[in-house]
Amino acid sequence: MSIARFWRETPRRYNLGGSNCTICGTVYFPPRAVCPTCPHHRQTLEKMVPFQLSGDGEVFSFTVVHDAAEGFEMQVPYVMALVKTVEGPVLTGQVVDISPGEVQIGLKVRATFRKLREEGKAGVIHYGYKFSPALESDVRPPSRGPTVPVETAAPTDRVSA
Amino acid sequence: MREVAVLGVGQTKFGELWDRSFREIGIEAGLQALVDAKLGSGDLGGLFLGNMASGSLLDQEHIAPLILDYAGLAGRHLPAVRVEGGGASGSLALHQGFLAVASGLYDFVVVGGAEKMTDVLDTTANEIISSTADHEWEVVFGATLPALWGLIARRHMHEFGTTREQLARVAVQMHQNGSKNPLAHYRNKLTVEQVVGAGEVAEPLGMLDCAPLSDGAAAVVLGPLDVARKYTDTPVRIAASEVACDTMAVQHRASVTTLESTVVAARRAFQRARRTPGDVTVAEVHDAYTISALLALEDLGFVEKGRAGPEFETGRFAPGGALVINPSGGLKAQGRPFGAVGVAQVVELVRQLRGEAKERQVSGATLALAHDVGGTGATSAVHLLERAD
Repeated sequence: MSIARFWRETPRRYNLGGSNCTICGTVYFPPRAVCPTCPHHRQTLEKMVPFQLSGDGEVFSFTVVHDAAEGFEMQVPYVMALVKTVEGPVLTGQVVDISPGEVQIGLKVRATFRKLREEGKAGVIHYGYKFSPALESDVRPPSRGPTVPVETAAPTDRVSA
Repeated sequence: MREVAVLGVGQTKFGELWDRSFREIGIEAGLQALVDAKLGSGDLGGLFLGNMASGSLLDQEHIAPLILDYAGLAGRHLPAVRVEGGGASGSLALHQGFLAVASGLYDFVVVGGAEKMTDVLDTTANEIISSTADHEWEVVFGATLPALWGLIARRHMHEFGTTREQLARVAVQMHQNGSKNPLAHYRNKLTVEQVVGAGEVAEPLGMLDCAPLSDGAAAVVLGPLDVARKYTDTPVRIAASEVACDTMAVQHRASVTTLESTVVAARRAFQRARRTPGDVTVAEVHDAYTISALLALEDLGFVEKGRAGPEFETGRFAPGGALVINPSGGLKAQGRPFGAVGVAQVVELVRQLRGEAKERQVSGATLALAHDVGGTGATSAVHLLERAD
């Protein structure tokens, strides 16, 4: 994968930058240029604003992967999950810091910034979100909601490839 | 819109065809279909070729004219078009061929489907098939195509109580059916214990829950129904050809245990044909993973949502039942040459409707349904077929 292809997604993959439809209020991740929920979806074209996900959620479904995706061979067996975030969007990511046998549907998790994979010894190292079990003692302020985009954010009127 | 008929069918053996090239298998299936249709190539209006990934599998794009050329038809300068829709590429090609004949623009077309998957290493082929899911938001994070179907399977088990053994029963039945198909990739029989005990791929799915990577090609000749009798005694009418799409990623679906694309394609197809799921007597459905077949039975309307596991276990969809699923052995046993699958499903169903399926003939086959899925359900296609004599 070229560096640019991964780099341009860093606001989303590093910071969980999504988008929010200011007409119907639905939150999306990754960000979308038009709202699929609104009946007059063309009118939403200029109405989507950046939205920061908190990273909190729970496991909606999971699988333990033994036959790895390319670049993930050293991590098997690893847990892939659909995580339903408290803000609504469902994300696909690994669940780590827990033995695969202990993962269950409903497990409370929190996004954590990790190395995803390396493209060989000399290639690009990809970073992004994974999920780890949320601890009872974790205290985090409630979702920050609509925000000024972080400086690296790409314009939200673009649909990612 | 004109009525469209299938006039001829052809198919190569599916499997690891190391001694045969892409162009060889493509031509074999196409010429078989033309001979079966008793149609001269001079009558042809064009070729539609379903293929998922020749560029990454073979370093060869632009394959539709390639097949046309080696079929000896380059000098006729016919239009030849490749159609891609992941694992549903073959069905999408069929849909395009159907539209071309129905519109009246072309009279006769060949619709082919071909994929050569064993010229690369398994690991490379697996990467390529995973690219039919959302690369940027699923695959980059470590998901594979079987992992995404594993997520669907786990949730189905959670919501409806589907068991590991019920999933395994699908593979057992497909291999039982495939054992009677001389073109099948696998003709060995399996037991539930073997399926459950096989190496894990993406839990709950194991190696024997997954369809193989196969080489193979299939083709059909389509023409207007009103002249079909001139070419064949057993024309088969395409009663409906419907395609529906959905979100690219599983994570964006309202429900991950329903393929809405299948639900909608089936609903449109039954409406168009003025028939119901209860009228179908034989079907070839998408069973790339054992869970896929259970979802198909529910989403096509053959059983209530959530009930496919126990219903399948009763054996009611096996040969001898009122509705026989995948007499060919399905993707699981007949094999999975991606772009060829949707066309091969129709080849099998036409043979069933004509009464030419020999050992695996379904008695009283009347209305037949083909169901094809791309990726994890971003594309579904449903075709309804029936005898027209």
